[in-house]
Amino acid sequence: MKHWNLYVLLFLILSCSNDNQEIYVQTPQPLNIPILFEENILAPVIPINNPQTAEGIALGKKLFFDPILSGDESQACADCHAPEQAFTDVRRFSEGIDGTLGKRNSMPLFNLAWNYDEKFFWDGSSFSLEHQAFIPVSDPTEMKNTWTVVEQKLQNHKEYPTLFTQAFGSSKIDSIAVTKAIAQFERTLISSNSKFDQYLLNKIELTAQELNGFNIFMDEARGDCFHCHGSDKNPLWTDNIFHNNGLDETFIDLGLGNITGDPSDNGKFKTPSLRNLAFTAPFMHDGRFTTIEAVIDHYSEGLKNSETIDPLMKKVDSGGIGLTPQDKADLKAFLLTLTDFEFINNSAFHNQ
Amino acid sequence: MKNTILFLLILSSFTLITSCNENNEYESSQFNLTFNFSHSWDEKTVTNTDFNTIQFTNAHGESLSITKLRYLISRITFEKPNGETLTLDGYNLVDVTNNSNTSFTPIPKIPEGTYSKVSFIFGFNNEDNYDLNYPDLNSVSWNVPEMLGGGYHYMQLEGKFIDNSSTETSYAYHTIRAVNNRVTPQVFKDTFFEVDLGEVTILNDTTFHINMNISKWFDTPNIWNLNDLNNMLMPNFDAQIDMFENGQNVFSLKSIKP
Repeated sequence: MKHWNLYVLLFLILSCSNDNQEIYVQTPQPLNIPILFEENILAPVIPINNPQTAEGIALGKKLFFDPILSGDESQACADCHAPEQAFTDVRRFSEGIDGTLGKRNSMPLFNLAWNYDEKFFWDGSSFSLEHQAFIPVSDPTEMKNTWTVVEQKLQNHKEYPTLFTQAFGSSKIDSIAVTKAIAQFERTLISSNSKFDQYLLNKIELTAQELNGFNIFMDEARGDCFHCHGSDKNPLWTDNIFHNNGLDETFIDLGLGNITGDPSDNGKFKTPSLRNLAFTAPFMHDGRFTTIEAVIDHYSEGLKNSETIDPLMKKVDSGGIGLTPQDKADLKAFLLTLTDFEFINNSAFHNQ
Repeated sequence: MKNTILFLLILSSFTLITSCNENNEYESSQFNLTFNFSHSWDEKTVTNTDFNTIQFTNAHGESLSITKLRYLISRITFEKPNGETLTLDGYNLVDVTNNSNTSFTPIPKIPEGTYSKVSFIFGFNNEDNYDLNYPDLNSVSWNVPEMLGGGYHYMQLEGKFIDNSSTETSYAYHTIRAVNNRVTPQVFKDTFFEVDLGEVTILNDTTFHINMNISKWFDTPNIWNLNDLNNMLMPNFDAQIDMFENGQNVFSLKSIKP
């Protein structure tokens, strides 16, 4: 409501200031917040200096799918964040424009506006979605470009200056406006219509196996997944916090520890959401597991001890809690109920 | 007509002045309260900078570290000598790990006066625990699974200890409402408790300093053996009762200062 007032005021001021000048008024387009999100968790984070507008979102979408951002104009954001893969990459490590491999698996993109601490990437190295969008353009293992070049190309483009004017009221294009637009589009990537969501909304029933899998997920003495991945009361299915989940005894990649400099953070990586696992393999920060079964096996009997392993990892000396084959199958069945086909097929999220 | 208008103006002005006076009088007798929470291991002050290092020793003799500590307090209540009570809205999730919410200022002010008892609830009472949905607590995954009755955690204390085979082992000392899941229907026992801060006279804005002695969770009356009880304690009915009993001794009022 306050934003509406602001836009009206802005419109009035601009109208009064110069009647001969063309005036662009952005169309507010607030996020369509799903009911389970509205009821159960805090409101999404929308920066006060980057409100969601129809023009901003449309521009962000165009930029997201446009290879113009990369050094040789061969790679768009969507190449490593494919809509049909819930905006991640099927490859373990994504290739940059010159074939260089990154060192971590591409993170899926959805429900990003509900990352309350606003720490992005596997190691939390980027604060705010806008800043996150800033990084890949100049990363030599990704788009390998410079922002100066990007700004110049966009400025000289036949369409972009107009689109930026419509979105932000100025035809001058800089990295701030580009990342604002991309962040606006990314915030619209909301996944909220899985089978389990429909179950919570009393629209469908789950099978006995899926329900048993959910019980294993919530059982501290078996799966105990809920402490980090949330529950039926948290539709994000992640705590967006950093944990060492027992992957290694020694670390090649320090993760959060490399950012904070605190040895007690070594080997910690951000908890990924469990939504859309059917599309987001391979798993873990380094994509070491190719299947959901392999991930479950890891927590069941593959845990490795280290100084910073999270205390929630149990029976580490014997590799884990030791789920039965039936428990594992049931847990997987439940996890797959978090698959959101509507999300990956949503035309608003595809390049059209 | 003019006289009528004049009369109404005078009347409304008088009403306005009277209202203002009443408001000022009301405001002048209301005071802000702040509750600061500190933490210690017996005499040693503990902050998150002391986390992640094995440096504490519990009553049973295990050396241990703390990697996470957060807990819920609610229903701060002021009781007058005539038995009338004033309960402040809101609750506070003290998060020592992130050094957040260690200071809590409830929104409503408190009328000046002498109160025979000030108290708060550790955790949620059953009404607060089950009757309402709390988006802020859901957002930080503070929930208790429905299979254990639902509601919310009261505390999460986690870390590592040196077990009796000299191995560094994890513990997760989570307190919830005790539930016996091995019987049908489930049997519950309340494990939230009231922390009595004693009598207080409020004459100014006032700050309460409350300390949690973390070592007491492992002490009195139940000497806690982490070798036996270190994980999967949420569904452990007896362990929850023992935690509840030990919790009676962990909080103390350090000071009340204007």
